[in-house]
Formats: sequence, C-alpha cells, structure tokens
Amino acid sequence: MRPQEDQTRFTESSWMSSNLGPSAQQALISHQRSWSPYVDNGGTVLALAGRDYAVVAADTRFSVGFSVPSRNLTKIVRLTDQAVLASAGMGADRQYLHKILRSRLEVYKYQHQKQMSLSAIAQLLSNTLYSRRFFPIYAFNVLGGIDDNTGEGFVFGYDAIGSFEKVKVVCSGSGQTLVQPVLDQQLAGRQKYDLPDDQRMASLSLDEAIELTRDVFNSAAERDILTGDAVEIYAVTGSGVRYERHSLRQD
Amino acid sequence: MHSVKLVPCELTTEPIVTGSSVLGVQCADGVVLACDTLASYGSLARFQRVTRFHQPAAGVVIAGGGEYSDLQQLFRITDNVYRQEFCHEDGWELTPRALHQYLSRLLYARRSRLDPLYNTVAVAGKGRFLGMVDMYGTAIETNLVATGIGTLLALPLLRKRWHEGLTMDDGLACLEDCLRVLYYRDCRALRTIQVAKVSDSGETFISEPYDLGNLQWKVAHAVTEKLMI
Repeated sequence: MRPQEDQTRFTESSWMSSNLGPSAQQALISHQRSWSPYVDNGGTVLALAGRDYAVVAADTRFSVGFSVPSRNLTKIVRLTDQAVLASAGMGADRQYLHKILRSRLEVYKYQHQKQMSLSAIAQLLSNTLYSRRFFPIYAFNVLGGIDDNTGEGFVFGYDAIGSFEKVKVVCSGSGQTLVQPVLDQQLAGRQKYDLPDDQRMASLSLDEAIELTRDVFNSAAERDILTGDAVEIYAVTGSGVRYERHSLRQD
Repeated sequence: MHSVKLVPCELTTEPIVTGSSVLGVQCADGVVLACDTLASYGSLARFQRVTRFHQPAAGVVIAGGGEYSDLQQLFRITDNVYRQEFCHEDGWELTPRALHQYLSRLLYARRSRLDPLYNTVAVAGKGRFLGMVDMYGTAIETNLVATGIGTLLALPLLRKRWHEGLTMDDGLACLEDCLRVLYYRDCRALRTIQVAKVSDSGETFISEPYDLGNLQWKVAHAVTEKLMI
C-alpha cells in the first residue's frame, strides 16, 4: 500500500471549503499553502447604543503590512435609515460582504414593501457569515441601529463566522484591545458605579457618546499603527442617520 | 485506499514573469499613469520592451504589475466585457468606475477560488477617475496610486508633492521623478518607461516607450563606499 501523506495534509487545511474544485484542492497539496487568500488590512470599528440612538464609527486607514496604500477607505456601510454596519479585517472580504448585504436588502425592500428591521439584518448578517463557515469572510463586524418598534438603540457584535451578541457597547479590529476596556469601564462599569448596563448607557447623551468615540479613536491611533488617518462617525436616531468625520494622526 | 493523482498545477500562487510598480496620479485636468516596460523572469530582465498598459475603450486605461501572463489574461477578459457591452448597442457604455468594480469582483472571485490573478491593477478614466485593485480584489479609489515596491518608495514622494490644482504635466513630472527613484533602488525596474494620460473629457494618450533620462550617478560613491565609523 502506498503512503497517503497527501491525504493527511489535505484534511488539515482548516479553512478550506469542500466546494473548491479539484485543481484548487491539489494546489493546496502541492504548494504547501505558500500563498494565502487572506490579508489583514487592520483598522478599528466601534458601535455603542443609548436610549434612543446608536453610534457606529470606524477609522479610514487601509494598511498592508507596514504600508498605507490608502488613508481614506471607508469601513462603514449605511444599510437602512435605521442600521449601519462597520467591518474591520480584510478589505476585499469587507467590500464583498457589504455588496452582498446591500443587494439582499434591496431585494427585501421590493418583496416586502418595507425596509428590513435591525434585528432581521442582524440575523441576515450572521447567516451570511455562517454560509462561509469553512472559508470564512475575514471581517469583524459591528452593527448598530435603532429598533423600529421601540426606537431604542442597539448594537450587535460578531465574530468572523457569524456568532453574534446583542449588546450596548462593542469594539472590533486592530484597536479592540485598546478600546474595549475603556468602553467597558466608562459605560458598563458595574464595579465602580453599581449600576446595570442599560442605566449607565441611558444616562449618556448622543453628544457625549460622539465625544467619547472621538476620544477613544484618538487614543487607539496613538498606540495602534493600523488605526489612524480619520474617523467616520454615523449617528443613528429616530430622525435618520447623521454623518461626521474627523482627522486622526496620520503617522 | 485510493491515491490522489497529481496533475500539473495551473494556478498562479507564485509569479514567474513579473512587472514591477505602477504609478498613478489624479490631476486637476485628468489622470496620469506611468510604469516601466520590463517583464522580469526572476532576477533576469527578460522582456525589456513590453507594454503593461491597455486601453479597452476610449477614455479608459488600465495598467498592471505582477504576473505578466495573468495581466494579459486580465486585459483579454476586459476586452470581452467591452465587446459584449458594445454588442448590446443600447447606447450605454461601461464607466471607468464600473470597470474598476468589475475588475475587483473578478480578482476577488479568483482569489476565492484559490486561483488568483497575481496582479495589482490601476484604472484611469475620464471624469478624473483613478483607482486600483489588488490581487485579493480590494477596490480603492484614490488620488494617488503606487503598487508593489512603489508603495514604499514612490507613494511618500507623491503624497509630498501632490496638491489640488496639479496639472497633468506637473503630475507626469512627479511620476517620472518617482520612476527615477525606483530605477535607482528597485532591482526589478527599468529606465525605459511608458505613460498614459486620460483627460477630464476622455481624450486618451498612451506614449511610446521612452528613456527616463536625467539620471544622476555622481553620488553613487557615497552609497557604495564603505562607511568609516
């Protein structure tokens, strides 16, 4: 019997999908995976929700290794009047994901004569990510918006394969480790303030939320080389989506 | 147990014949692209007078680096898209932005099949359009494009010299200076270059290959002599 080394290596490719053609599968065997279909383009995304608003923010730097090919590439897409999505991770996968979602929402609009609700978009995004469970979309998403029934702000945090959680504050991407603890302390700090999350968040006005967002992005840009250039902020309220943009350090 | 039959691999995961940097700048009156005419075979300067430009239609120019055979394939695919569009005969034509998005979808689809087109492509078009697409399918619209090692050597220079109201002639001078710097330091660069200009209204001009000229080697000794510390 002949040794079956190739077969063993074949099954070891964790991210490989069964729907790849035979030539691609054999390429993996013969090339020892020298080329990767993935690249990390960095960047930080953030979403936080108050009583009647949600804020979604992201920096605009696009990095490849230590280079910055673009200082102005958006990571955010406005999906409806009530939902905004920001994604860190790989630029190409992000653009693909945003395109797919936009077209799915357009079809939904014509089929149902209404916009998709925030919670439905949240589930759609999860399903879209999970549909590529074995060749993941390398994007780390935060979805923010307001509930169309209650008008209350909510945000959803995701991993690359579709696990998600409905929260009040979430941050993803290369600056996550710098930003998330600060947000936890400021907004969900139960130890210090002895208050439940929703009450802490309820006391935060939209203007304060935007100010906090600008502060944490300036902080992340100080220490994270993949974050910087500018921060885009989308504020979702009952009266629509407001956009603003501020400079960050460019080095 | 069955054995896996290995066939010759038709996928580009390692480029063989390669082009180096492509540069582009968006100016007040149009867009300029520039790159050299070399297709290297590893460290061998194999094909010294090939064009890395392509004009699929009036008012659009694409230029690319990376695997040269993949680039030719990409040019052929682009031609087919324009041919089909022409055959519709409905008065519509692809905008430069639409082509840019098309190329990004093409490259993304190929990388997702793990059968990438190993190129970085710059797209210039009428209406002052300038964009680039990398082999993963990332689409970027910017005022400045520099691919490959040009990202490291030329982009900082271009960013320093770019300003609102830069004319195409000034832009071209900037690109020539950057290609000169690349020729000094990029071992896969050549002093024979080509440029393409697309004006705001869509007038397109691709130059014949010409010598970069004005090269300055008098300071070379300062680089090559051993430093006494």
